[in-house]
Amino acid sequence: MQTKGSTYTIVFALITCVICSAVISIAAVSLKTRIADNRLLDKQKKVLVVTGLMEDGEAISPEEVANRFDANIVARVVDLETGKYVPEDEIDPSTFDQQDELSDPALSRDAPKNPAQVSRLPKHAQVYHVMDGERVNKIVLPVEGKGLWSTLYGFLVLEDDTNTIGGITFYKHGETPGLGGEVDNPKWKAKWEGRKAYDDSGEPAIRVVKGAVGTADVDPHKVDALSGATITSNGVSFLLELWLGDDGFGPYLQSFRDDNGGTEAG
Amino acid sequence: MSAFGKAERQALIDPLFNDNPIALQVLGICSALAVTTTMETTVVMCIALTAVTALSSASVSAIRLYIPHSIRIIVQMTIIASLVIVVDQVQQAYLFDISTQLTVFVGLIITNWIVMGRAEGYAMQNPVWPSFLDGVGNGAGYSLILLGTGFIRELLGSGALFKYQLLSLTSEGGWYSPNGLMVLSPGAFFIIGFFIWGLRTWKPDQVEEE
Repeated sequence: MQTKGSTYTIVFALITCVICSAVISIAAVSLKTRIADNRLLDKQKKVLVVTGLMEDGEAISPEEVANRFDANIVARVVDLETGKYVPEDEIDPSTFDQQDELSDPALSRDAPKNPAQVSRLPKHAQVYHVMDGERVNKIVLPVEGKGLWSTLYGFLVLEDDTNTIGGITFYKHGETPGLGGEVDNPKWKAKWEGRKAYDDSGEPAIRVVKGAVGTADVDPHKVDALSGATITSNGVSFLLELWLGDDGFGPYLQSFRDDNGGTEAG
Repeated sequence: MSAFGKAERQALIDPLFNDNPIALQVLGICSALAVTTTMETTVVMCIALTAVTALSSASVSAIRLYIPHSIRIIVQMTIIASLVIVVDQVQQAYLFDISTQLTVFVGLIITNWIVMGRAEGYAMQNPVWPSFLDGVGNGAGYSLILLGTGFIRELLGSGALFKYQLLSLTSEGGWYSPNGLMVLSPGAFFIIGFFIWGLRTWKPDQVEEE
């Protein structure tokens, strides 16, 4: 059709790219706050569901979600290395973002080689306390690690003995729907409740395994894997091993026990 | 020329039965298997794909006389990819819950051969309006098969439609024991296979020669 020179081709390609980038940028910028609000709301909902403060799929307004969240849950920022709470005047938990720390070399460090394929660990992490009056009833720990296609981001809930699992959830992942995507299937998540995170010697022991698994009393450290999703299932095992261990929340949970439930603000 | 002349009507209607992208051309099977477990995700995916196909065909057609031949495929890809990102962003802003279920599959519309195939095969030779209709038609053809598949899969696999429980499940004390195959991808393979069989029995000229 045309016999145009390579200059024309290059200019045409450039113009196409500029127009396409402009379209994408306009869409991204104009929808940014909405998407961020959705993410925050979704995260709060997941925390409420995993701690049993909201039914899965319960239709409640965004305001109600925020109300319930604020009424029952206290966010704390923890220094992962020492396991101590960071005072609120130093880091404000309401604006703290763990992912921001990961991109700041001063606030994160290279992770030791780990099967969860987490490359950097933050200096601080945000935990949520489900309060029963003044007492901490449950601890919600953020966890992350590689699945098959994507990084799985989720929460693990521990009872106040820091060992019994109260629930698990993944709020962001890009695993195959129907296979690895079943990590957020309520039926699978229900299998975690009542199992133990640590063995008698205090080592992280909870594993996702193939084959039949008994009740929490018989097999306290095993959870039945997702069928057709071996790599995602292994990813869940690995990320829990990392975050429950000494590089993750191990020191924090130790200090929580030493403080006897962390009733005094630290 | 009227807006809906014979050629336009053909561009819109043909892909439904005579030239269905999934049943005859066997394109876009990957997403057809993945997103059809429930009607809700199926509908959103169908709208997303139809929007991308129609808009990309129209855009490609609008610049078809200026695209240098040597880089036409990459130009089409760039346009399609940009549209897909926009559609994905809109979904995250307005249909957040569903977008988390569709995960990678909206992004994978970029590699869906229906979109590429219509841009290269139709929009490069035809004016904007018929190309747009051709995109809508092919999106509708894709949607027709997907909605049928999603209907059967959600009904038999979960005993529900649009998450509304129609058949009471044995796990909740009812009578219907859900068919596990329907929830898994192979279930869609069987259903689409039956669709193709049915369509080719109805229209025998679609049967490939041995």
